[in-house]
Amino acid sequence: MPFIPHTEKDTREMLKKIGVDSIADLFDEIPTELKIEQLEHVPEALSEMEISRLMRQRAKMDGSPMCFIGAGAYEHHIPTAVWDIATRGEFYSAYTPYQAEASQGTLQVIYEYQTMITELTGLDVSNASLYDGASALAEASLMAVRINRRVKSGRVLLAPGVNPVYEQVAAAIAGAQGLTFERLPEDMTTGNVDFNALPEGGDPVAVVLQQPSFTGTLDDVDRITDWAHANGALMIGVVNPTSLALLKAPGRWGAEGADIAIGEGQPLGIPMSSGGPYFGFMTCKKKHVRQMPGRIVGRTTDLDDKPGFALTLQAREQHIRRSKATSNICTNQGLMVTAATIYMSLLGHEGLVNVANTCHHNTALLVDGLSALDGVERLFDGPFFHEVALKLDQPVTPLLETLADRDILAGLDITPFVGTDALLVCATETKTQGDIEACIAAFSDVLASANTNSV
Amino acid sequence: MNSRMSSELIFDKSRSGRRAFAQAPADAEASNIPSNLMRNDKPRLPEASELQTVRHFTRLSQMNFSIDTQFYPLGSCTMKYNPRACNALALLPEFSGRHPLGPVSHGQGFLTCMFELQEMLKDVTGMKGVSLTPMAGAQGEFAGVAMIKAYHEARGDHERTEIICPDAAHGTNPATAMMCGCQVVEVPTGTEGDIDFDALKSAVGPKTAGIMLTNPSTLGVFERRIKEVADLVHDAGGLLYYDGANLNAILGKVRPGDMDFDVIHMNLHKTFSTPHGGGGPGSGAVGVNDRLLPFMPIPVVGSKQVDGETVYDWLSEDDLPQSIGRLSGFMGNAGVLFRAYVYMRMLGRDGMERVSEYATLNANYLSSRLQEAGFELAFPTRRASHEFIVTLKREARSLNLTAMDLAKALLDKNYHAPTTYFPLLVPECLLIEPTETESKETLDNFVTAMIAIATAAKEGTEFKDAPYTMPVRRLDDVKAARQLDLAYRPE
Repeated sequence: MPFIPHTEKDTREMLKKIGVDSIADLFDEIPTELKIEQLEHVPEALSEMEISRLMRQRAKMDGSPMCFIGAGAYEHHIPTAVWDIATRGEFYSAYTPYQAEASQGTLQVIYEYQTMITELTGLDVSNASLYDGASALAEASLMAVRINRRVKSGRVLLAPGVNPVYEQVAAAIAGAQGLTFERLPEDMTTGNVDFNALPEGGDPVAVVLQQPSFTGTLDDVDRITDWAHANGALMIGVVNPTSLALLKAPGRWGAEGADIAIGEGQPLGIPMSSGGPYFGFMTCKKKHVRQMPGRIVGRTTDLDDKPGFALTLQAREQHIRRSKATSNICTNQGLMVTAATIYMSLLGHEGLVNVANTCHHNTALLVDGLSALDGVERLFDGPFFHEVALKLDQPVTPLLETLADRDILAGLDITPFVGTDALLVCATETKTQGDIEACIAAFSDVLASANTNSV
Repeated sequence: MNSRMSSELIFDKSRSGRRAFAQAPADAEASNIPSNLMRNDKPRLPEASELQTVRHFTRLSQMNFSIDTQFYPLGSCTMKYNPRACNALALLPEFSGRHPLGPVSHGQGFLTCMFELQEMLKDVTGMKGVSLTPMAGAQGEFAGVAMIKAYHEARGDHERTEIICPDAAHGTNPATAMMCGCQVVEVPTGTEGDIDFDALKSAVGPKTAGIMLTNPSTLGVFERRIKEVADLVHDAGGLLYYDGANLNAILGKVRPGDMDFDVIHMNLHKTFSTPHGGGGPGSGAVGVNDRLLPFMPIPVVGSKQVDGETVYDWLSEDDLPQSIGRLSGFMGNAGVLFRAYVYMRMLGRDGMERVSEYATLNANYLSSRLQEAGFELAFPTRRASHEFIVTLKREARSLNLTAMDLAKALLDKNYHAPTTYFPLLVPECLLIEPTETESKETLDNFVTAMIAIATAAKEGTEFKDAPYTMPVRRLDDVKAARQLDLAYRPE
């Protein structure tokens, strides 16, 4: 019996103590007609050896292609120590730190995480994390409505570069409470906000800017932030934590800084793992802390006046406030935050700067090589961090499929999002010059044969 | 646990210029990004060596209670053993390194596992469809209520905006209903722990969108009139939502679908043993019956036949145009789903049933022994499910021993405390869930500890200052909330 320690003798003695004859008797309050005989589709049990063999076979089917896809999840080197420590049983198999005295490890990790992520984003306070970057936008939008009570419109304005999936998720979650999401006008040459066509009035509750944008562009964060504040809206920044080693922190955007910063925490030591588990981070100005969703850890003192850590401001939360809570969120992504805190500690500021600069240069190298090919050019002008959209003169998916057959994932087809044949590429610090040259050569090859075939 | 452990921060170990040099490119040329977009301040991240970092976080881990180190009978949380193989196999490099937007040609291994997981979850819940995308129980709840709303809307039934919740429900239930733009109607519990049927009768009506139930309930007892409840709500035009928090109690025995529930969320981190991770990640897959199939959150894994072979692919907006939409950036907590998949395959068909059998055996044994030792059960006439409630209202009055005191005293005996003060309707309560993976000896030793604390209290010992042996003693929560210190900022 996997994972059940009972001997027959144990079971007999326990039943006797309870005063029943069999385990079946313990289910005597359940109406008989509801009980099932046997599950139909769950297979017979496998031993650890058997399941290991099966999973290794399945893993082989997925392979280990060379990956130049970004679009919200990024391949970075993860120091071995990160997951070695994060999966120690004491972190891995603990729960939400309700008993603070017996959970100081988890609580202190979260406090240190809150410190690091507020340093990166340049804002005052952080929660203990949310599910992921996309759902964090939904929570940030709802939070903006609670803060900006004067504004009743429920309109959230998204810059053109906000990840389209983030918009879908925010609409699915926050739409239920009447929020609407609209796009600001786009300058088609830069992919950024068109400042000459900004709407007047309309009473937006918040403006959302993603930096770097979904298509990799960098926008004038100061100007947009000031415009948002001049129009009575809160400013929400969606940022990539690796990029914050180089790029202006949301807390420094414009004259007053962004009010809330959120983003996908995955680049901070979390494996890509087909999309999760990741964690969403959220930081804000101190004056907004009581409207923040999720767990928050504070440092306090104990009976001996010794410093210690505890969950705080719990009066915002569902287990106290029930239907009046700021959110229904119950968990944070504790294990992921543990990994990210170890990651940030190992990298430090200098290490993160070097990772960010290497990503930037590798992407520049890849883009220079690809855009030198016939029929490939950059979709937008202007600066970028580690991701660039390329316009192609032919459908993208067939090219990508051919390259995938060679175990190169050369980017993401973003044609449906931008309305023209286009590819989004990213080369992180994990790629060598040789990898990048191999990708360019294969791309060139595949383009050439595609062009030959079409003639 | 060493009570003299210090709470020194990683920042206290920082020295300017120190680094874990092996972990990032040693050097890199500066970028050519325009200066107005660049930061000119330096974030204060730690500057520590690799050994210092490893030692610091290892030491922090030792300041935690966990399943791997202590008995953790936290009611409603199903703190069972998390098999190590589940973690190791989820982290196979091909799986952990797979990009979420990678082509399905490089994802058939992953998608096969996810498809089979959907099928197994359909089987154990008695549902017709499963979506794996919700990232936690609370998001599964959101998905469920959003689907109920979408169902009524699609029928042009726009007046159904009320969600009924028992007073014993998890706080997430009413909070979720509000997030979905519904009003909450609370119904009381009867004296034996079942829902107050007459109160429910008067609560249902033309505005009822649905009811959210946990069965067995958070009171640790099975809702005996569940079929009548289902008929009542369905006859009134509402739907039934099953909160899967307590699925461990009935796994392989009774299926929510057979109890006529329309939608269920499962907490894979409870029933299917994925790690709790110090508060997450969870995973809240949802199951639905025929009525709600068109509304499932996307993406869902589908299968088709290509040249005689089964190929797995994503079902998205085009396949499910009435879907409530996307709830995560990609497809949810895939790595957690892998762990649940491995766990279910290791248990197999018969193992599922044994989970609920031995979880129930352990709970009933522990409740019998505690009752015999003089502790008062909240529902003594009822059979315990996988968990049960002890109330200390008598001890609180006569011995000044509250649920909080007993919880803290247990920490000094090296046991994690049960859930305290939940459900709110039972005074001074301890909700105790031993799970099936604990041995008889562990339960016996726990009873001994409980008796020792009660005996000491009877002899005049007070536990107001407990615990004494933890890294910290009781913390000043008021100070934590009034003098907010949420991040370290050096002078």
